Amino acid sequence: MIRPHRRHPLFLAFLLHRTSGILLALFLPVHFWVLSLALTDAAAFDGFIRFTDLAVVKLAEGLLIFLLAVHIFGGLRLMALEWLPWTAMQKQLAAGAIALSCFVSATFFLQVI
Amino acid sequence: MNEPVKTRRVSIWRGEGETGQFETYDVPAYDNQTVLDVVSHIQHYIDPSLSYRFACRVGMCGSCAMMVNGEPRWTCRTHVNKVAGQDVLEIAPLRNLPVIKDLATNMDPFFDKWVKAEAVHHSSASRDEEMMVVLPDDAERKKADAGIECINCAVCYAACDTVAGNADYLGPAALQRAWTLYNDARDAGKQTILEAVSGAGGCHNCHAQGGCSHYCPNELNPMQAIAGLKQATTRAMLKGKL
Repeated sequence: MIRPHRRHPLFLAFLLHRTSGILLALFLPVHFWVLSLALTDAAAFDGFIRFTDLAVVKLAEGLLIFLLAVHIFGGLRLMALEWLPWTAMQKQLAAGAIALSCFVSATFFLQVI
Repeated sequence: MNEPVKTRRVSIWRGEGETGQFETYDVPAYDNQTVLDVVSHIQHYIDPSLSYRFACRVGMCGSCAMMVNGEPRWTCRTHVNKVAGQDVLEIAPLRNLPVIKDLATNMDPFFDKWVKAEAVHHSSASRDEEMMVVLPDDAERKKADAGIECINCAVCYAACDTVAGNADYLGPAALQRAWTLYNDARDAGKQTILEAVSGAGGCHNCHAQGGCSHYCPNELNPMQAIAGLKQATTRAMLKGKL
């Protein structure tokens, strides 16, 4: 449960940014391990590629793209907050980053499904 | 004065130092009742041993801030009906500060950090010199103006999770004051300020969670001030001055 003093838009944006970063950091070693199979065990790699044809895996890929996009766009918002002239629309920018991430991940999902 | 039509159950933190517990009281409920009115009623009519802090009752002195239903608020300007609805009203001492007793916190760490951040005036002229003219539409003056209405209530300090996680972090109020003085043409300590706010507990610890700006009762924006300090310290570092 999120404590009351944390229930405001920019804290939730912070939470999403950090959570997506942690999940991406957990994903990357698995990602590199699978890529390494292409060099070390072609049969296992082909098996994994067939596994990715499952609809549930494609959905997971869509979620992964969302995590990537929300981390990128959220990070760009923070960099703009800290290094560009101040804009008062931080809540709108955070919401825009999430909306853009939903658009990117949904577009990806519709292309691969 | 409206006649009380019902009572409200209020849960108040009681205890000394790090030990304590919530205790409940039934308080008459009025229209236009503030949280400070509720606390005062308990102390006046139910339990005179209740400790809390207030002074002006009109949102100027910054001494009555408490955690109200888990959120930091200035209690003299917080209407009970706007924060509690029909639910139990829970009042606790401010987060991130040591509790002295009940609702009264020790504000020393908060004010010590103002000094540590060099958020104090560094005079650039003596009383014998002409007073410096600061034009209202000057760009620096406008930046200083943005944070000048801080009443030192520590609501931002209590809202900040970076303070909660890092006891050395100077906090939003001290950093905002440092930024105000950094933009004050009369202040001669700009380099001193930048050195003070760029250290281990300085402005670069801020995670831009925005709790300070969200909860500031005077609608100031410490997050913007901290972003300004981040830019100023980085520029100074690139120029070899830090």
